[in-house]
Amino acid sequence: MRVNNKGLWAVGALTVTASLALTGCTAASDTADNGAGTGEALTVWVDADRAAVLKDAAADFTAETGVEVKLVQKEFGDIRDQFIAQVPTGKGPDVVIGAHDWLGTFVTNGVVAPVELGDKADAFQDVGITAMSYEGQVYGVPYSIENIALVRNTALAPSTPATFDEMVTMGKAAGTEYPFLVGLDPEAADPYHLYPFQTSFGAPVFGTAADGSYDADALEIGNAGGDKFAAWLAAQGAAGVLNTNITGDLAKEKFIAGESPFYLTGPWNVPAAVEAGIDVAIDPIPSAGGETAQPFVGVQGFFVSSKSENALAANEFIVNYMGSEEVQTALFEVGGRAPALTASFEAASADPIVAGFGAVGENAVPMPSIPAMGAVWEFWGVTEAAIINGGDATSLWQKMSGDIETAIAG
Amino acid sequence: MTTTPETDPGPIRQSARAKRATRIADAAAGGWKIVAIKILGLGVVDAIAIYALFVLVRSESWLVAGLVVAVTLLVNWIYFSRGKLPAKYLAPGLIFLAIFQIFVLLYSGYIAFTNYGTGHNSTKADAVNSLLLSSQNRVADSPNYRLTVLEQLGEISFLVTEPDGSVSIGGEERPLKEVNNAQLEGDVAVGLAGYTSLGFQDILGRQSAIAAISVPLTDDPNDGMLRTPDGSSAFLYTSSLDYDEAAGTMRDKNSGITYSDIGTGAFTSDNGQELLPGWKIEVGLDNFVRAFTEESIRGPLISVTVWTFAFAFLSVFTTFALGLFLAIVFNDKRMKSRKYYRIIMILPYAFPGFLSALVWAGMMNQEFGFINTVLLGGAEVPWLTNEWLAKGSVLFVNLWLGFPYMFLVTTGALQAIPEELTEAATVDGAKPWAIFRFVKLPLLLVSVAPLLISSFAFNFNNFNLIYMLTNGGPRDVSAGVNVGATDILISMVYKVAFVGANRDYGLASAFAIIIFILVAGIAIISFRRTKSLEELN
Repeated sequence: MRVNNKGLWAVGALTVTASLALTGCTAASDTADNGAGTGEALTVWVDADRAAVLKDAAADFTAETGVEVKLVQKEFGDIRDQFIAQVPTGKGPDVVIGAHDWLGTFVTNGVVAPVELGDKADAFQDVGITAMSYEGQVYGVPYSIENIALVRNTALAPSTPATFDEMVTMGKAAGTEYPFLVGLDPEAADPYHLYPFQTSFGAPVFGTAADGSYDADALEIGNAGGDKFAAWLAAQGAAGVLNTNITGDLAKEKFIAGESPFYLTGPWNVPAAVEAGIDVAIDPIPSAGGETAQPFVGVQGFFVSSKSENALAANEFIVNYMGSEEVQTALFEVGGRAPALTASFEAASADPIVAGFGAVGENAVPMPSIPAMGAVWEFWGVTEAAIINGGDATSLWQKMSGDIETAIAG
Repeated sequence: MTTTPETDPGPIRQSARAKRATRIADAAAGGWKIVAIKILGLGVVDAIAIYALFVLVRSESWLVAGLVVAVTLLVNWIYFSRGKLPAKYLAPGLIFLAIFQIFVLLYSGYIAFTNYGTGHNSTKADAVNSLLLSSQNRVADSPNYRLTVLEQLGEISFLVTEPDGSVSIGGEERPLKEVNNAQLEGDVAVGLAGYTSLGFQDILGRQSAIAAISVPLTDDPNDGMLRTPDGSSAFLYTSSLDYDEAAGTMRDKNSGITYSDIGTGAFTSDNGQELLPGWKIEVGLDNFVRAFTEESIRGPLISVTVWTFAFAFLSVFTTFALGLFLAIVFNDKRMKSRKYYRIIMILPYAFPGFLSALVWAGMMNQEFGFINTVLLGGAEVPWLTNEWLAKGSVLFVNLWLGFPYMFLVTTGALQAIPEELTEAATVDGAKPWAIFRFVKLPLLLVSVAPLLISSFAFNFNNFNLIYMLTNGGPRDVSAGVNVGATDILISMVYKVAFVGANRDYGLASAFAIIIFILVAGIAIISFRRTKSLEELN
């Protein structure tokens, strides 16, 4: 009797779960539909770091407008692909948090709607608005701006170096094991961290169109400056200043251990150094090729789904709430990323580290968000790694430029 | 199901065995408790199904709704009818199988025949919609018009206060018309006699309708349209694209180029320029044809296929050889403390594979890795960045990960071979090697061969190891394609589908089908051949 009872229980349980799963496929869409369909609640995808701050902002928004905001936590890296996959089915969120360099893919897939900032656009830092624009159209509300800079251990190097060579000289004079640290990957180097040196030779990736946006047809990476940069990479590789075996983790570890006075990195690695008791200063990135070293800047912000049926509420939420000084400041306090709203940024600049990165960011350029950039990433890093490790600089660099051109055209 | 027997056995005498059988049958049929549980369970299932039906009908998903009805009826029929015992046990499993296996398989198979990927991930209607949406540009330096949304007999109008203070009203296809009897609040018009002003809540309730309205500024559409992003202010937009619904063409007003639908899943101009986003279409065998004809795909496909076979075969061979060797050694009674050695042997098997691969990647760092700095005294061997060393490293790490499994399997199989056979062979004067070669190994292979085949299939698709250890690298930078020396087919599929800005899910699914055919073919042939081994018994 007991045995039979159990068996039937199990069968019953299985049926229930099976039916649940079956209906779950459809029921899941239903709940999302409620979010996007009936104008009752706004569904927002957000990563765990930002969820806490957004919770308060969302509560304020609900109190004022009566629109409920449903925050769905996602892994930041997963948001892009899931958003692209779900919006066409009509079941995606109304608003997502994201990085500006996803924008090209978003627009190509038709999953984001333009955002009208109106007169509010002036309240944001220019680079934030430029980054959130695609073909002259603004698609998102920026909330944070991030770029790399030279982090200096003031105990080992008392003054700011003007050029790369001067920095290496100072680094060697400090008597530490490494004159300069930057995290590179053995396979793919790191074009993002090496980009400021590349621009200092006058070799940006793309040329710009009249309106300041990147022009995929004007590939600049293989110009004369690019060749000089490639030769410089080979020289630094041979001299051991650039070393592809020092990965990001190793570079961080060695800087914290005081084994180098200079470390090229972003604000995300600074807290660890400060905690380790290192007195750091944030310096401009020294020029290697004579021109200004311009790092990439990454902007994060909020996008609205092109299929959102809550378009008005979504716009109201991201423009008037997420774009407010209070929320931008709160987001800065939790994440440590410099705010995109000028007023919030000025308040945050009381911290010398934020101000230091911000000053370097003034020279920075937004990372291209055009889909053609995908073809560039595919060849860029591996070629840099090959050159640093002793490959023939000019021919590899030109080969890469040609490959990129073919890939963009193809 | 009822608990009372259908026919009363009455005074007919039953044997003790028949009585016991009846008792068991009664118990299996269950008492009222079981009936209650059954009704409760099915009630829950039906309630969920009915709820889902409401939702599905409202969203007009007729196909899924039909399936839900069919499955629910079937489930009720199975569990409320008498008998059907096998179906009662099988139904949940079959439903799971259909949802999680068959549907997924068929769907990914279907993707292989479409152009699904970046720029082609939705329907044509969606593509038209988002092209029109993104082609609307705010007129440069156009002012911010203060807006009140009005309603009259269900029709929505915009009451706008122009920057110069004048007040106008207009609606969809009704150009702005100046009015002078508006109620003002400060200098902004907030109402008009005969109309109802909508509050923010009302606007939210009808926001998709309001967001879709564009009010022409004048009779000339080229002067632009007023649209509102938030219900309280309006901006002037002009659209650079014009959709001709009858002809199905898109016209760019600025350049005058007409883009038409020529069946490639995107609006295309005469000179071949495409407007993105496009939409998903079925492309037949195009993806398969591309896989075999397009030079940039075919070249790497061949070399990757060869390496995939080599990798899978060598992995199985080396792990089996080492596992078998150790199994024989530890099977020897002269070996002391075998138990402890065996525990140590199993350790690699106990670590999660992708974690070990990651740790090995660190240990094989050319300059700072444990192997070079400690074991080789500072020699800078490029374990993971030289093409052939990387291939060797992949095989070596897979050997380290895989031999304990083979060791376990062969230990069991060896112990199952009767001692008498060895003794008989010894009596016949065979040397140990001959005994192993002619007696033990063939018997061992009978039981182990199917495992070797499945192990081959597993390694054929061993994505974890490749991704975590080398990520397919090192790349040959002069090759001009994003495929490295240690990429196997599955990691190449991953790169096609998910790496870079241009994803091509259609092509990746086509590759997946090709891989499936390869693995299935090998498995069928190998299983056929292992049958001949069984004849040894």
